[in-house]
Amino acid sequence: MDKTITQQNAEHPSDNYVEKLWDFFCSLKLAIITLILLATTSIIGTVIEQGSTPEEMAAKLGWSLDLLKFLDKAITAFDMYHSWWFLSLMALFAVNLICCSIKRFPHVWKTVREPRLVADDNFFRTLSNIEEVVVSKDSLDEVRTKAVAFLGDKFAASRVTEQDGKIHIYAEKGAWSRFGVYVTHASILIIFIGAAIGNIWGYKGYVNIVEGDQVDGVFLRGESTATPLGFAVRCDDFDVSFYEGGQRPKDFTSKLVVLENGKEVFNKQIEVNDPLTYRGITFYQSSYGPAGDATFRFKVREKNTDQTIDVVARQGEHVPLPGGYSFAVTNSTESYDKFGPAVQMHVNTPDGRHGNPFIVLQNYPDFDTQRGGEQVFSLLGMEQSYYTGLQVAKDPGVWVVWLGCFLMVVGSCGAFFLSHRRLWVTIQPLDKGVGVKLGGSAHRNQPAFALYFDTLRKDLNDALAKK
Amino acid sequence: MDSSLFFNITTAAYFVAMVVFILYLTAKNEQIGFVATIISWVGFIANTVAIGLRWREAYAMGYQQAPLSNLYESVVFFAWSILLIYLLFDLKYRYRAIGAFVMPFAFGGMIWAQWTLDATIAPLVPALQSNWLTYHVITCFIGYAAFAVACGVSIMYLVKVGKEEAASGNPVGGILAMFPSVKVLDDLNYKAIMVGFPMLTLGIITGAAWANYAWGTYWSWDPKETWSLIVWFIYAAFLHARFTRGWVGRRAAWLSIFGFAATLFCYLGVNLVLSGLHSYGGG
Ligand code: HEM
Repeated sequence: MDKTITQQNAEHPSDNYVEKLWDFFCSLKLAIITLILLATTSIIGTVIEQGSTPEEMAAKLGWSLDLLKFLDKAITAFDMYHSWWFLSLMALFAVNLICCSIKRFPHVWKTVREPRLVADDNFFRTLSNIEEVVVSKDSLDEVRTKAVAFLGDKFAASRVTEQDGKIHIYAEKGAWSRFGVYVTHASILIIFIGAAIGNIWGYKGYVNIVEGDQVDGVFLRGESTATPLGFAVRCDDFDVSFYEGGQRPKDFTSKLVVLENGKEVFNKQIEVNDPLTYRGITFYQSSYGPAGDATFRFKVREKNTDQTIDVVARQGEHVPLPGGYSFAVTNSTESYDKFGPAVQMHVNTPDGRHGNPFIVLQNYPDFDTQRGGEQVFSLLGMEQSYYTGLQVAKDPGVWVVWLGCFLMVVGSCGAFFLSHRRLWVTIQPLDKGVGVKLGGSAHRNQPAFALYFDTLRKDLNDALAKK
Repeated sequence: MDSSLFFNITTAAYFVAMVVFILYLTAKNEQIGFVATIISWVGFIANTVAIGLRWREAYAMGYQQAPLSNLYESVVFFAWSILLIYLLFDLKYRYRAIGAFVMPFAFGGMIWAQWTLDATIAPLVPALQSNWLTYHVITCFIGYAAFAVACGVSIMYLVKVGKEEAASGNPVGGILAMFPSVKVLDDLNYKAIMVGFPMLTLGIITGAAWANYAWGTYWSWDPKETWSLIVWFIYAAFLHARFTRGWVGRRAAWLSIFGFAATLFCYLGVNLVLSGLHSYGGG
């Protein structure tokens, strides 16, 4: 076989190159080099902020603009994970993995499907775990029955082959664990495929919806025209809650309604970490902001007359009060320290003088009496309409990625923690009785198997000695 | 009783255990080794209680969150994970000397957290309120801890093998006689990485699942993600080099130390160094 190959190669030097190329792609040296190259080059993108520009970074950190510009041109440093060279490295990694698996798989398949049922003396010599026993009082068949029962009891069901007057018994456990490595490797490729599906048929975008409005398209990154969704989404309500005593948002939620041809077909209140998915498109709560001016409802009591009136004011608007006064709200917050919703406002006197700004708290209706002004303001409520900021993602490949992740976990458990353990028993007539040889091997974690084998051989001796 | 008392006990116990382990190496007295192990257990239990109490304290303040929400909590959890892996290895293999090279990591973490890090319990921002965060942090940290043990064992390997070679194969005396044999050290290095690697794999996967659930992208090449992938590549290279190219001994030990350095950078460096470069960051 070897000879013919050499001759062929001599006659067809091109075959030689093909074979060399094949060997190159199968080699583990390449795998290790690729892994290390991927690891080291990935660092670049963690130092250089992806998606920014040389000018931005130079301005921010004072680094040489020329150098950054050069890196941008030469190695696409500002979008390196999508650069041709990084993707090529990934592709090389994948091809390496495929070739290596193709080369090795048939051998493993054969080991599992066509196990060696008969262990001859030469083979026994290659095993590091062996035990030999001579039984004097039992016949060949009695020993055989005992041995089969012993293996079935302590290890696994066995297969018996008779050959040249000897009886060969074979039993194995965990043969499938040999495929763990292949499952792990295949899972990496499956994840790559899932990522590719997402990149080709999916998109990432965002959209802002003002409370009460609806949209039927989203903006993809870096694009200024909206991509149609195929349906419409309305935001009925947006809410943000804060932790007690601070500005830290606790949660924000949006009531979303999906409309097809004007009909409501689906609704859900989404929050951070709990998105809405419709027809493969998922909407994630990601940000929010005020839309337009807030409106405020006040009760105003005039101190002189003790009359109260209700007033509605928009932020920034001067609202007249009886007696020639007027007031305006200049600022507002949902949470003023520990005190809850608050507004900042001022009152103008009839002769047009600007009063000092002061604060009114919604939760403390009598607070403003202390100010000693002509009027006492109580804030009844404020309505700020918000827009909700949604990330929008369509990724038909994500399930493929999760399948790959699942297989990776299953495969590596198989590869790391299970091993293919095999036992061979040969029974043969000897001068002094019946000779029994037990041999075993494990394809991984030999020390543990050696311990296991030690107890097994003792048990075998006991089993054979039994009546 | 509050958690800070138990955190103090933890730090003290790890320090004493570390000292007693070193004493054990010099005195060569098995009983001292036993005492050091007991003290490690005491520290581990105190550490567990402290984390549990802190959890309860956060709930009492109205925050439904696991105690894995800021750098302080993550560092004490890291120390806990190191002890977990170390004590499991100790139960299984009983090589006491390893304690002297692993306890410093745990003690270092605790003392750093207690001296310099902000221990106030603060509520989580909405994006971090997810069970995925808990699964993600636990799996990552058990992985990191296993790499820490592998690193400690590798340092022992390099120290011992260097001396053995200088003594041209004769058994070395002194402290080094208390170390497990170089063969065992080499094997333990590999065994620890075999625990750490699948855990890191799970950590990356749960992180991706969480990111997908919260933001709609399972992978966005942000520096933290990328560094965890770098670490994963390094240990994958380690395993392949070992299985199929016979990289054992010295080279494996160096690769393991190098891998742990990358792990530490992934854990701390990204927040402390790279966050200065980028606009995000935080603790
Ligand atoms: C980062 C990506 C990779 C991961 C996570 C991975 C994972 C694994 C795992 C878990 C094992 C089992 C180790 C054991 O025997 O206990 C393994 C073995 C192996 N891997 Fe990979 N692998 C990766 C990349 C590659 C690549 C690119 C190649 C390309 C040639 C490769 C070739 C092999 C070979 C030949 C074995 C030994 C199989 C055997 O035991 O017969 N691996 N890999």
